[in-house]
Amino acid sequence: MKTISLVRQFAEVVLAIGIAPLFAGWIAQCRAWMQNRSAPPLIQPYRMLRKLFHKDAALATDASPLFRTTPYVLFGTMVLATAIIPSIATDLPFAQAADAIALIGLFATARVFMALAAMDIGTAFGTMGARREMMIGFLAEPALLMVLFNAFLLFGSTALPNLVDGYAAHRSGIDPSVIFAAVAFVMVLLAENARIPIDNPATHLELTMIHEAMLLEYSARHLALMEWAASLKLFNYACIGFALFLPWGIAIHGADGTGALLVAVAALIGKLVVAGAVLAVIESVSAKLRLFRAPEYLATAFLLAVLGLLVHLLLGANTIA
Amino acid sequence: MGVALLTGTFLATGHATETLILPLGLPDLPFHFRLDALSGFFLLILGVAGAGISVFAAGYFRRGEGTAPALLGLQYHVFLASMAVVVLADDAYLFMVAWETMALSSYFLVTSQHRIPEIRRAGFLYLLMAHMGALCILLCFGVMQGGSWQFTFDAMRGASLAPFWATTAFTLALLGFGAKAGLVPLHVWLPEAHPAAPSPVSAMMSGLMLKTAIYGMLRITFDLLHVQFWQWGAAMLALGLFSALFGAIFAAVQTDMKRLLAYSSIENVGLIFAGIGLAILFDASHLPLFAALALGAALIHALNHALFKSLLFLATGSVLHATRQRSLGKLGGLIRRMPWVAFLALIGTLAIAGLPPLNGFVSEWLLLQSFLFTPRLPQAFINMLVPLGAAALALTVALAAYVMVKFYGVIFLGQPREASLADAHDANWLERIGLGWLAAGCVFIGVLPQFALRAAGTVTSKLVGQTITPGASFWRIAPIAPEQASYSGLIFLAGIVAVIGITFLLVRLLAHGRMRRTAAWDCGYPWQTSRMQDTAEGFGQPIRHMFGAFFRMDRELPSPSDPAPRYRIHIEDRFWGWIYQPIARGVQRTADTVSILQGGRLSVYLLYSFLTLLALLVFVL
Repeated sequence: MKTISLVRQFAEVVLAIGIAPLFAGWIAQCRAWMQNRSAPPLIQPYRMLRKLFHKDAALATDASPLFRTTPYVLFGTMVLATAIIPSIATDLPFAQAADAIALIGLFATARVFMALAAMDIGTAFGTMGARREMMIGFLAEPALLMVLFNAFLLFGSTALPNLVDGYAAHRSGIDPSVIFAAVAFVMVLLAENARIPIDNPATHLELTMIHEAMLLEYSARHLALMEWAASLKLFNYACIGFALFLPWGIAIHGADGTGALLVAVAALIGKLVVAGAVLAVIESVSAKLRLFRAPEYLATAFLLAVLGLLVHLLLGANTIA
Repeated sequence: MGVALLTGTFLATGHATETLILPLGLPDLPFHFRLDALSGFFLLILGVAGAGISVFAAGYFRRGEGTAPALLGLQYHVFLASMAVVVLADDAYLFMVAWETMALSSYFLVTSQHRIPEIRRAGFLYLLMAHMGALCILLCFGVMQGGSWQFTFDAMRGASLAPFWATTAFTLALLGFGAKAGLVPLHVWLPEAHPAAPSPVSAMMSGLMLKTAIYGMLRITFDLLHVQFWQWGAAMLALGLFSALFGAIFAAVQTDMKRLLAYSSIENVGLIFAGIGLAILFDASHLPLFAALALGAALIHALNHALFKSLLFLATGSVLHATRQRSLGKLGGLIRRMPWVAFLALIGTLAIAGLPPLNGFVSEWLLLQSFLFTPRLPQAFINMLVPLGAAALALTVALAAYVMVKFYGVIFLGQPREASLADAHDANWLERIGLGWLAAGCVFIGVLPQFALRAAGTVTSKLVGQTITPGASFWRIAPIAPEQASYSGLIFLAGIVAVIGITFLLVRLLAHGRMRRTAAWDCGYPWQTSRMQDTAEGFGQPIRHMFGAFFRMDRELPSPSDPAPRYRIHIEDRFWGWIYQPIARGVQRTADTVSILQGGRLSVYLLYSFLTLLALLVFVL
């Protein structure tokens, strides 16, 4: 393990933490344009965070230590996830300690902590949000796992950096299963990040909210960390998508000099700009589903991913490299 | 006793196979003992989890309930010892004697509060199922001796069975051990008996006794039967996955905390059986490395399950002692009254939910890894269907997290749902040591899984001729090859602790730390009460909604004008109606028919004897 790898890993994590709120801001901007509103500035999320960090925290009287540690745990897991996902370079020392399955486990840890914290105060909204979040989670998680299995069958590794390297090594056309997996992945991304059609990040309407219901009791620095973690999660999902389906530009192992890294950063920003716009379009043209329809939506994503797997196995094309 | 067993186990996990013949038992039928890697691994499970449970039990059984403490202690130790003998037995006689001792002693432990009719009923059901299972195992041994009438395991290893008889033996073993392990559809006793028993006994039954069934299955399929067919593996895999999914779905709708854990045991046993089934599938297809991986995953999951399930059952025991409540709907907010139990139970909860870096994740990770190689199986169709198994596995694991959030959130978090919870007290120090030991085990295996992997590797090298250590180093595990997949609990934990620590420090340094305590936000509605939180029923509602076909539901909805509305829901297993009630009715009908013969008059019985004699005379002449 070279020191340079560690330094680069660290730089990548810091970059991710920095970019993530901007990505959320960019999506909000695109949505505003789509809806013919005047858009907030790109750095609006940063202003929000600054404001929150300056406020006094108000904590419910009988909040337990679990409630107070959860924002840190949540932020920590999301930051750690950036260290596993090859957003710029695939030479990630930390990725050896945790592969894609561990990454899903990491997201699950964040979700469980968040749901537990939401139940901690014992308000009706908190528990309702926790229940809904866990419902979405237990359906979305297997779908995501199936998408990753598909990638494993193509390139023979569950470590995301190796997948990207593998993709660069055999650039021989697109396997049809990838298309199923990609659609399933986008559906999971929307559901997991509390976006339309499952949840609306801009709502505080009691009957429909999921993610916001869990945050109701948080304020000031705790809320800031939760919000930052949410934008990091969206950024992470976007980067997983890039690594699995659009790995162009990522500096692969062995060819990652300064030039390649600059290209990779530029490619990442370009992809984020496009992805943000696409997400905003998807969100603007679709309606929010009733909560009871959410299982159907997620079951569709799950079945699409499994279908992708079956398509791959039926066609039997270039199995494990 | 448990501690002594533990120290014995550390000596026993060596590689050497030791045998011992004791001149006990019937004349000319000495008891054979044998300690090999497989027994050693299961003794390790018994010892590690048994030690924690025993320390806890020493604190728990202070106040007598039902059976007198001295008698309870005797039964407890007989139970523990018989489990140890089961895994050490080297002939069918000793195995069956120990197996029955285990069933009977645990029956008496389950019915220690025998004045309650439901507990007597649960105990009876348990005894019945245990004996049906024992009968199957006995028949299985009968088939396996293969006409030699030698009932030592050595003779059985040597016996050569035709494929038909081997499959018969396998099926009988699956029925017998499946009944003990709680495999669907033989699981019905489990959610009745586990809640009925005192909590340390529930922990022993769920954490340890189910493992002896797994031991028996492994002993027979991998050691005693010398052939294996991939169809066995496929059947076992399907059964295991179905049990796992079934258990998770039912656990999600339970309202009694111990029943919830009992269904979760069905889920975990299902996962273990799925791992074993996959191992048989790989082994029969001559892929020993993958077989070792799947088998290792199953073994480690057995160890993990013993740790976290015991921990959680014991935690429910502490809660039960502190509050006298088993129903989830009457608990809540205990994290503030019982911080120790709540913290240690949190570790168990996160572990059983399969979250890194704890131990549940390790075994689920290994199991998922072994599913990834199923496309290499030579059987067409099977290799395509098994990835669907991986999907079922993923769904089960995710559902387990849902269940555990419900379990922990409803018991320990939120507001107390009853006023009486205000004087709940924390566990005593012996109980804390017991819980702490098990929680430490969960963390240890999660962070340094290579030790468990090495122990499991000793077993797999004996059973399928392959260890699972390639690519492993002190800090990470990589079951097949490091470039395919590797995981390091240690670095993972270090990373997460470091990141959280740095975040905490930065927030402390850069932001001011001002904080005030206020009432929770009431959304402008100041009349909120603790009864407005989700109950256990409420939290399970999405699952009831989605998997409605699994349940036989009986619901009473209040009318809108009812001044004192009551909502009642009763959820039952469909298997009762499908399998057990027809059998019970059949038995009843047969008994009724036979009872016609029994008029109760002496003269009629004498007539029967006379007729029999006459018939025999005719037959002889």
